[in-house]
Amino acid sequence: MSQWTNSVTIQRWTPSSRYAIVFAGLVLVLLALAPLFASNGLLDRLTALFIYVILAAMWNALAGYGGLISVGQQAFFGLGAYFTIRIADLGLDPFISVALAALIVGVISYPISLVMLRLKGGEFAIGMWVVASILHLMVNLDGLIQGETGISLVSLNHYDSAQRLTIIYLLTLGSMAGLLALLFFVLRSKTGSAIQAIRDNEEAATSVGVKPEKTKQLLFVIAAFGIGVAGALWLTSATTFLPKTYFSVQWSAYMIFMVLVGGIGKFEGAILGAIIFFLVETWFSSTGVWYLVSLGAIAIAFSLFLPKGIWGELERRFNWHFLPVGYQVVEKNKINTDKK
Amino acid sequence: MTHAVSNGLLASDLVKNFGSVSVLKNINFSMNADEAVGIVGPNGAGKTTLLSALAGAFQLDQGSILLNNQDVTEKCASARCNLGVVRTHQIPKPFDGMTVFENVLVAASYGVDADKQTAYQHTLNAIQLSGMEHVANRQAESLGLLDRKRLELARALATQPKILLLDEIAGGLTEAESVQLVDTIKELRRQGIGIIWIEHIVHVLLQVAERLICMDSGEIIADGEPQAVLSNPQVVKAYLGGGIE
Repeated sequence: MSQWTNSVTIQRWTPSSRYAIVFAGLVLVLLALAPLFASNGLLDRLTALFIYVILAAMWNALAGYGGLISVGQQAFFGLGAYFTIRIADLGLDPFISVALAALIVGVISYPISLVMLRLKGGEFAIGMWVVASILHLMVNLDGLIQGETGISLVSLNHYDSAQRLTIIYLLTLGSMAGLLALLFFVLRSKTGSAIQAIRDNEEAATSVGVKPEKTKQLLFVIAAFGIGVAGALWLTSATTFLPKTYFSVQWSAYMIFMVLVGGIGKFEGAILGAIIFFLVETWFSSTGVWYLVSLGAIAIAFSLFLPKGIWGELERRFNWHFLPVGYQVVEKNKINTDKK
Repeated sequence: MTHAVSNGLLASDLVKNFGSVSVLKNINFSMNADEAVGIVGPNGAGKTTLLSALAGAFQLDQGSILLNNQDVTEKCASARCNLGVVRTHQIPKPFDGMTVFENVLVAASYGVDADKQTAYQHTLNAIQLSGMEHVANRQAESLGLLDRKRLELARALATQPKILLLDEIAGGLTEAESVQLVDTIKELRRQGIGIIWIEHIVHVLLQVAERLICMDSGEIIADGEPQAVLSNPQVVKAYLGGGIE
């Protein structure tokens, strides 16, 4: 009876995943040193890339792992920026305002989750868009914002231009690394397994002891917090808060594009998708409307012909698990190989 | 047949309506935690609804359920699982995007309070007991019917149940596969796990069940020793006037 159970063990890291973590660490160190040698233009572009990575990772956690497909996550992007303006207006440092704004977004997302998580599937997706639109209108009612005219984060002017750019860059890099680490930790934990079980069959998950409501609320709040961080950081980079821009559904469209192309439900896929989106934007955004048409067409093509995205395909073909959140049962005499 | 049970299930006056359709009509039922009870009856008799009620899948319109003298009527499926009552589903509900091991690990991690290493061990034991060692790393979405049924069983076993509720787990299996399944369930009986098993394949069921209940139109029409139940005229009539093979 116990022969098989004694002959196997559970493996979570493989040599390739260990190398990948070391490589990722080295890349982070290199990126942290970039202000010493990179141009202002490059730092500014990289800041945008880091924000895209945060957005893609958060949407992937929510939809790819949790099955909570939303087209209203711009709600938290806009709120992150809005509360940064509001708190900075009280006289606080703009970068402290960013942190406080993200926390407030996380707190506000909890009561929203209590209502919205009662909805399922398409109702949840569209319902979130409605939430984003309502919050957009409510923000417009704030006299400080001056409706769609918007307002600038003028307190950033206390910093000189180069210093400001460096702080924003490093803050965004640190936020991206921290949020990716948080997601990785959560998804690798038993909560991560429960999140995926609920995605696949909520009734079955409940029948084996999982508590879906609390688990989904946790995921919803983490995703809202992360996207709130992204919105607040985007404001520090762009300086001006225009409600129509920050609460635009285009942000959800970008998140969906990045995750579909990179690989939905794959931790590495979201990062890869953000990089691809960043490159496409860098090279082709000047083509105007055709750029947006192309983004949509590419996303549809991936959904139809490569539903698990580029990383999903690479994982299937080469058994790559660089940042594994799952488990492998391996025979004890085969530990530390990359073979299944 | 109901009687007070200090160690087992006691369901009293269970009523469940779906709209105007009355699916459970004042069901009274009890079992000791070490019993193996089979439930038979024609389609639409209310068997799965009774199992779902015992598992806590929905709120009853009326009635109460005691587990080891503790009232669990208001407790959800998740809480009842933690108390030792767990079910399998008639139509398997695997977590498609996860491997077999990961499917079972979810149950081992949440069904019972266990540290990580203990959960791993419970998972491996349940996989082995269900005969799924060869597919432990396979995605659940790629499994055939037999392995999906086995996965239902493995997931339930990983919660360390005291009472296991099986819903037509032999349905769709070949004769050889059914024999394997019966062997597994007999092993569970040796471990002292109580079983309530709904099954249409009566000769398979009778290899395990010590007591048989027959339901029809939301009511229990017979309850007792299996052969006595099968020869009960009401039971024979419920099965379209024919005897049960």
